[in-house]
Amino acid sequence: MIAEHVAFGIIAAVMVASALRVVTTRDIVHAALYLVIVLAGVAALFLLVGAEFTGITQVLIYIGAVIVLFLFGIMLTRSDFDQDEETDHKRKFPAILTALLLAAVMIGALVDRFEDVELDATPQTTAQVSDELFSQYIVPFEAVSVLLLAALIGAIVIARREEGG
Amino acid sequence: MLLNEMLLLGAVLFCIGVYGVLARRNGVLVLMSIELILNAVNINLIAFGAFHDNVMGQIFALFVITVAAAEVGIGLAIVLLLYRNRRSIDLDQVDLMKG
Repeated sequence: MIAEHVAFGIIAAVMVASALRVVTTRDIVHAALYLVIVLAGVAALFLLVGAEFTGITQVLIYIGAVIVLFLFGIMLTRSDFDQDEETDHKRKFPAILTALLLAAVMIGALVDRFEDVELDATPQTTAQVSDELFSQYIVPFEAVSVLLLAALIGAIVIARREEGG
Repeated sequence: MLLNEMLLLGAVLFCIGVYGVLARRNGVLVLMSIELILNAVNINLIAFGAFHDNVMGQIFALFVITVAAAEVGIGLAIVLLLYRNRRSIDLDQVDLMKG
């Protein structure tokens, strides 16, 4: 039990620190690499509470595919504009205020409602997930497949270079 | 392990993501911040799924991951188009629809 707490503490601390670096770092490639740490931390947490299939999917989809997509996006849009300090400053304060207020409301509500509620994580196997997914949730599953296809076609149409008008 | 540990971590990650969306001007970075927000939501879904001993949390998280992947694809295509037309992905300069 104590090992679980320690593992969670380490993962959570690394994740929050990396997430802060993602939104504050000047170099956007570094931001993408810090995002990898956050996403790996999320996957580790999923495994920690026994959600094995989602944890593995997180690694495959996010770290494997989405980050590569981001790196390609960064590469293709490499612009030489550096964040201008003045406009950056102008909107930094309201953004921090919004984030802090939101955090205060959410943390207050969570502490008020779920204080000292124990989470005893029994592993949920891939077989259980697939049984549920392919029986009760088969229609949403198919819908999401069509959504992915639509997004694929949409991305190609949007990003395609126009040939001669 | 306490349920609140997971939920509080999710809340903190969500707020960091909101800060990123509001404060940064680089289009790709805003998309990354949205990923942070979606991951915070996934942490909550998994935590409640484990708490109620129900695989529905995992299934919903899987759907969120799928939709997030579709969103990143479309979002980056839009940013790419923006860059091609404007030579910049500074979101402050995207004011074509400003009244």
